[in-house]
Amino acid sequence: MELMFKLFMTFFKIGAFTIGGGYAMLPLIQREVVEIHEWITEDEFMDILAIAEATPGPVAINTSTYVGYKMAGVKGSLICTLGTILPSFTIILLIVKFFWQYRQNPLIEKVFLGIRPAVAALIFSAVYKMAKHMEIKSIHMVISGLTILAILLLDISPIYIILTAALGSIGYFKSKENRL
Amino acid sequence: MNLIKLFISFLKIGAFSFGGGYAMLPLIKKEIIEVHGWLTVTEFIDILAVVEMTPGPIAINSATFLGYKVAGVLGSIAATTAVVLPSFVIILIIAHFLSKFRDSPYVDWAFMGIRPVILGLVASAAITVAIDALTSIKSIIIGIIIFYLITFKKLHPIWGIIIAGTAGALLF
Repeated sequence: MELMFKLFMTFFKIGAFTIGGGYAMLPLIQREVVEIHEWITEDEFMDILAIAEATPGPVAINTSTYVGYKMAGVKGSLICTLGTILPSFTIILLIVKFFWQYRQNPLIEKVFLGIRPAVAALIFSAVYKMAKHMEIKSIHMVISGLTILAILLLDISPIYIILTAALGSIGYFKSKENRL
Repeated sequence: MNLIKLFISFLKIGAFSFGGGYAMLPLIKKEIIEVHGWLTVTEFIDILAVVEMTPGPIAINSATFLGYKVAGVLGSIAATTAVVLPSFVIILIIAHFLSKFRDSPYVDWAFMGIRPVILGLVASAAITVAIDALTSIKSIIIGIIIFYLITFKKLHPIWGIIIAGTAGALLF
């Protein structure tokens, strides 16, 4: 019981104090789970990151599910994942319930006129950093470019694009391997 | 009825959200804005800004927020549960043979193909948001300055939003 409570509180803290999501959460998760509580090893943490990259869903959720499962089975997964979600869930509900109505206020409207371009800037910045991090080759550029065309002009669902890319890539490397 | 549609939409979004928050924006746009018409693009951008400034993963926050807009508190619960469910189940399944999964060449191969797609998805989201948000010279200038500060001066995104909001209040 004590362990369950500790798991819940730890992931609650992780959920409550990581603004910006995703990779901003990693240092805190690592400190809590690897260094302070020693629930998983540094190597396991690295494995989870690799898994998180290769599976859908936020890193924070993947980590909480894994750590919870390792420490206390399915029940532990549920407790940890709930702990991670609960803070932001509550905060968002409060915002949308009590503050969202003031969006029509003329001053708030002006604030949002300024904020919207910043949101575009944030996402462009993510594109820039991802492209730099990927050490992009021309074949990647072609795939990225085709994805943009398929989404914006042909209106194809991202689901089909992801599946096509995954299967196409597996087929390509498999046939390359067979030829060797 | 809306609750079930909402649940299924976010199940899809959760199952195909690789590469962190932004990559799922085109799918959210498709499901929530185009297919069901639950929101406008502008509303969606405003929600993104708020989500960016609150703790927690973008995927979870967007689900909670959008769920509430569509069907109240029950909608929040449905959307948030649905968006988490796929990764929760997948991790439970592979927790047993974690290293085997990691070392499988098929996973690697699939991701060689998916990674550039993720980049394309995020770029599409950026273009969609830019088309809606950059409606005047002032907004273009704000966008360029914030891009520069965040990308090259390591300004925290939250400060970027606060500065841009203040600029909006003063300039518009």
